[in-house]
Amino acid sequence: MNIHEYQAKAMFNDSGIKVVKGIHCLSIETALKAYDKLESKVVAVKSQIHAGGRGKGNLYDPESGNLIMEGGVKIAFSRKEVEEYSSAIIGNRLVTKQTGKEGKIVNNLYVESGCEIDHEYYLALLVDRENKSILIMASTEGGVDIEEVAEKNPQAIHKIWADPLEGLLERDSISLATSLGLSGKSHDEMVIMLNALHSMFLEKDCSMIEINPLVRNKSGEMIALDGKVSFDDSADFRHPWRNHLRDLSEEEDVEIRAHEHGLSYVKLDGNIGCLVNGAGLAMASMDVIKLYGGEPANFLDIGGGATRESITAAFEIILEDKNVEGILVNIFGGIIQCDMVARSVIEASKEIGLEVPLVVRFSGTNHIEGKAVLDSSNLNVHTTKTLAEGAEKIVSLTRRDK
Amino acid sequence: MSIWINEDSKILIQGITGKQGTFHGTMMIEYRTNVVGGVTPGKGGQKIMLSNKEVEVYNTMSEAIGATNANVSLIYVPARFAASAIIEAANAFQENGGGLIVCITEGIPILDMVKAVANIGKCPDVRLIGPNCPGIITPGDDGGCKVGIMPGFIHSKGRIGIVSKSGTLTYEAVAQTMSVNEGQSTCVGIGGDPVNGTGFIDCLDAFEKDPQTEAIVMIGEIGGSAEEEAAEWASKNMTKPIVGFVAGSTAPEGKRMGHAGAIISGGKGTAQEKFAAFEAAGIYVARDPSEIGNVLVKALKDCGLR
Repeated sequence: MNIHEYQAKAMFNDSGIKVVKGIHCLSIETALKAYDKLESKVVAVKSQIHAGGRGKGNLYDPESGNLIMEGGVKIAFSRKEVEEYSSAIIGNRLVTKQTGKEGKIVNNLYVESGCEIDHEYYLALLVDRENKSILIMASTEGGVDIEEVAEKNPQAIHKIWADPLEGLLERDSISLATSLGLSGKSHDEMVIMLNALHSMFLEKDCSMIEINPLVRNKSGEMIALDGKVSFDDSADFRHPWRNHLRDLSEEEDVEIRAHEHGLSYVKLDGNIGCLVNGAGLAMASMDVIKLYGGEPANFLDIGGGATRESITAAFEIILEDKNVEGILVNIFGGIIQCDMVARSVIEASKEIGLEVPLVVRFSGTNHIEGKAVLDSSNLNVHTTKTLAEGAEKIVSLTRRDK
Repeated sequence: MSIWINEDSKILIQGITGKQGTFHGTMMIEYRTNVVGGVTPGKGGQKIMLSNKEVEVYNTMSEAIGATNANVSLIYVPARFAASAIIEAANAFQENGGGLIVCITEGIPILDMVKAVANIGKCPDVRLIGPNCPGIITPGDDGGCKVGIMPGFIHSKGRIGIVSKSGTLTYEAVAQTMSVNEGQSTCVGIGGDPVNGTGFIDCLDAFEKDPQTEAIVMIGEIGGSAEEEAAEWASKNMTKPIVGFVAGSTAPEGKRMGHAGAIISGGKGTAQEKFAAFEAAGIYVARDPSEIGNVLVKALKDCGLR
């Protein structure tokens, strides 16, 4: 789960990480009030969406598609500019490098006091899969894409790891602050900030905290000028407060519904729907469809605990996508029994009136019984023995130039 | 021989009185796995019938190991308690001659796993497989040793070692070996979580040293760089042929594909990179899982093994 910048900064503030004063707004009027309240000559007017690259993104009218403004983060020098920028942002579609062409409608705005920047840094905390511990990564080149820095100037990136049992060691924080060239007050503040961020990471079960830029201001203070925080969903059970931070408009509605049925679904751009048990096999099914010249419409793992209801829901979700012209069901029965899936497929197709071609491949537990159930039904379904045959069949049945 | 488990392994089930523990415990015993007991805190002293076998329940791992001399533990404990179950098992095994822990549980918080894996690191005689995996199986002549949720009947004793991040795709690989009349020495599911215990390299190393294993099938998926590291390691250390497949060539960037660890981020962890690393390391590549059998035959023939 991701949260907005304004929420991340409130969390930073509570955790003892310095931020500049800002106010979350939902309208132009509140943005103007925020400007008055902040009493800062210069303010930043910032679009709040979960994707990055906001500053370099463009705002479009959601209906006409006309360009409204370049840049989703603006520096305003007057009340009038606050009005101008906030009206260009709220309700419009922000397209950034990370949103895809369709962009995101901006409903939330953050108006923030200005900050006299002396230098911009990059700072991130994440779980390092290879070292199996929390990695803290910092760079003297802030405000730009870290991937770019990693490619062009890797020596600018410095890394330390927190010990999973001992915690973040002070000597490591000190060495990181030193390698960023910080001294005096800035150095001390950096060490304190690293500690605070590490504690927050553990306490809130984060999966990532990224501050880009982290800035040193003219008086040597270290301030988080941006904030991106993601949480580990597996730890939701010990953080009920997360529900209040959730912005459902940022999440794919269909993925949430799939999740409620114990399904794992990701929409793709192709025309062949997939219904598979197991994440690895679901990915492999997509890959093989592509290998035979087709395009998968989705990733869908029905999981080990699938039932007739969840399989019906899976068909409904697949068919909501109007691009779907055929469905491949690929089941390797382990705990799941193929004959149960076969009966569920028949019932689901009756219930929702399945019209597109259907290819079913069963293997494993009760696959012979499963095939017999399908063969004796009057459903228009093709059964195959292997995944490759199944993929080939569904691709030939959905080929547009057939 | 085989790796890590065999017909003499003595298995405990942590979470034996839960629905999953009871169901899979029964399936394991029906496969003739030597389940010697179970652990559920607060339910010690109870007896539970699994298939036709009466199994004793203990309160703690220490107690259970003391009473049974078990050397393997299988964890079906719910996600929120699973990491402490792993740590409890690790400490108990370390004090009692060592052991293998297999954690099936899916959805354990990642920072819990960071801690659990660090604890395992302090127990040199303990190995963890998983979490979020199907487990490990060594097929025997009649049944065998099945420590996990895989369907036992698809396996047969043989000379192919299988290691995989995925569950059902492992079964697919097993079926592929069977389709070319090859059986398995041991099949290990290492799981699809970003932080886990045993990795590809541990398995390859063990297969290389295992006289029963003559070739290996390795199944990876997008996310992280474990496949690349394993390929690099294999090119220097493996004499036995390896057949490799990676799932997720068509996965979009930034989207988690079911498994917590299956995500391409910042352009890293793609199937293309992993396939390339496999090829560079001399691993026989199958682009389609239905081809694993044929590619395996080619690898065996090239090495004079068939």
